[in-house]
Amino acid sequence: MSETTDLIRDMAEKLFGDTCDKSVLAAAEKGEFQTGLWKEVTDAGLSGALLPESAGGSDLSIEDALAALRISASRAAPVPLAETMLAGWLAGSALAVPEGPLTIAPASNSSSIALKKTGAGWRLEGVGKRVPFARNAAAILVLAEADGANMVARVDPKACAISEGRNLAMEPRDDVTFACDLGAGDVAPAGNNVNLETLRAFGAAMRANQIAGALSRTLEITLQYANERVQFGKPIGKFQAVQHNLAMLAAHSAAANAAADMASEAAANGMNLLPIAAAKARCGEAASIGAGIAHQTHGAIGFTREHMLHYLTKRLWSWRDEFGKESDWSLIIGRAAAKAGPKKLWSDIVTA
Amino acid sequence: MTNLTFAPPPPNTEATEKLRAEVRAFLNVELAGMTARQRAQSWSGRNPAFSKKMAEKGWIGMTWPKQYGGHERSALERYVVLEEMLAAGAPVAAHWIADRQSAPSILRYGTQEQKDFFVPKIARGELFFCIGMSEPDSGSDLAATRTRATAVEGGFKVNGTKVWTSGAHVSHYMILFCRTDAKSDDRHGGVSQFIVDMKTPGIKVSPIVDLSHEHHFNEVVFEDVFLPASAMLGNQGDGWKQVTGELAYERSGPDRFLSTFTLLIEGFAMLQEAVDDRAAIALGRIIAHLMTLRRMSRSIAGMLQRGEDPAVHAAIVKELGTSLEQEMVEVLRLIVDAEPDATSSNPYVAVLAHTIMHAPSFSLRGGTREILRGMIARGLGLR
Repeated sequence: MSETTDLIRDMAEKLFGDTCDKSVLAAAEKGEFQTGLWKEVTDAGLSGALLPESAGGSDLSIEDALAALRISASRAAPVPLAETMLAGWLAGSALAVPEGPLTIAPASNSSSIALKKTGAGWRLEGVGKRVPFARNAAAILVLAEADGANMVARVDPKACAISEGRNLAMEPRDDVTFACDLGAGDVAPAGNNVNLETLRAFGAAMRANQIAGALSRTLEITLQYANERVQFGKPIGKFQAVQHNLAMLAAHSAAANAAADMASEAAANGMNLLPIAAAKARCGEAASIGAGIAHQTHGAIGFTREHMLHYLTKRLWSWRDEFGKESDWSLIIGRAAAKAGPKKLWSDIVTA
Repeated sequence: MTNLTFAPPPPNTEATEKLRAEVRAFLNVELAGMTARQRAQSWSGRNPAFSKKMAEKGWIGMTWPKQYGGHERSALERYVVLEEMLAAGAPVAAHWIADRQSAPSILRYGTQEQKDFFVPKIARGELFFCIGMSEPDSGSDLAATRTRATAVEGGFKVNGTKVWTSGAHVSHYMILFCRTDAKSDDRHGGVSQFIVDMKTPGIKVSPIVDLSHEHHFNEVVFEDVFLPASAMLGNQGDGWKQVTGELAYERSGPDRFLSTFTLLIEGFAMLQEAVDDRAAIALGRIIAHLMTLRRMSRSIAGMLQRGEDPAVHAAIVKELGTSLEQEMVEVLRLIVDAEPDATSSNPYVAVLAHTIMHAPSFSLRGGTREILRGMIARGLGLR
């Protein structure tokens, strides 16, 4: 691990540990965008993590950016950090982006977006489904194919019709209807290896890292609770049945973190699809099992709005579905394996 | 709280990938005549001639000092050989235990004479070992061991019974775990290990046939068996510490998630004509799990390389890995249209039968699921 990585991790641990208290999380659930937290994230250079320095970004390595994102998720940070990082990656050095939170489209496969060249500029039409934080974004970076080329368009959300929606953690997930005329300067060719498949893969790698972070923290607070809560005259963590559940929570958290590492490496290594697919599928499964054990251990108190746990578990339940759920990614892996045939299965697992 | 994260594994190098190609070429030739059913035996498949050939290749004792016949290669290079053997279903059982845990224990705790005598022969594929841990009244509760070595003139006299001893009937030596001193308040005290020549008078080995009518494990009765003092491994009374280290070796490898790989390949081959979406999702999910487990397991190889203690990490990989092995049976049953039949000439059908009947052992051998979960809980500071 490099020194930069350590510095970024320490900084992120401190930033999100200090700021993401219950009042921030509760206010975000009510729909208030967390301007103060976002300013800190921006000042720390995290929102511009994947923007080149020439564009005012901090140009972190993909692995460092994802490490910081994982830490933000461990505190359930209610800000569009993943989305702004993705937007920075889409914009690259080709498009200038405004200050403020950014987001991307398509975020969901059920979107249908068309970009066409007009006389002097471009015409963007269609619907981006479940666009994260669209209502709060200073710009939406839209990836679309036009005449067989991958193009990135910078769109002002105020120019679009937004139908508001939310995920289980009450994070904005808005349907955005595009019907806009864009100037020549609002659209640029996508960077090398930026296409709809790699965008979805990168989104999945981000959610895998977020799940891993949230699960680690879920494990921590669940252990703490099991050591403190006394029933039948002793902490419930002393009961073997509870211990075995917690062991499985730890095992799945460890697996999710290893899988997320795999996704980060693959994202940095040319957005290699199969390890990212495997990671998102594995993390999704760990999210389901882990959230279940955490609630079981916390009993009724963990089921209340007052308790901290739900800020993590509702994100786990949401993120497992976003940018492709387990079955979507397993299908991609399974089809690739079927195409290669059983004799190649092992060597493909090794090479992936 | 123990740090339960898995550090990134050491990267593949030109050396590891060259080695991998070499292993595959070797296996292509050596395993050409094996049926799928034979391959499905995985690391329970025994062929001393094959073990000898592996030794000639330098693939036993890969990480041990050259001084003792080892090859001073990295833990990751050893890992490459192990995983390629397992994925191909090579019959590695004869030397597996000696390579995995007996020789490493001897190198760690043995006397100079023991290291000089045993380790080079193991590396040459000439000496095979079995594990003398479980007893009729001491399975998961290893500290309850009743087999006792009593000090006598020049050594010890052993009485007691070991069970579930895989390969006792075809092994040259056993590392015996037994009581040497009276029980004290410390229930982990008073136990020791010995290196026992299986030809010693007074040792009686009887087969215990498993539910699929196969003979892998045995009952081993010790009746006034004399062991010279030089047979003791490590210090008298240190048996618990030593056996715990040995178990970490036993639990940390790819044998804990790849032992049903042949079933996966054969089931997949049956489907190949038409992998529909349901089957593709099921297969893809298993592959996602395997890729993650492989990464975690290789991370442990890195820990071993750095001299770290992987006991809790190994428990996690074994628990997740054996659960996947058992689940794989259920997943394939539901997506492949066939009924298990051990006598069938259809490879998948026969392998499915074999695997169903062996699957219960996956989460028993080398430490039960319950023991492993307890170890993980201890690593979390709960016990």
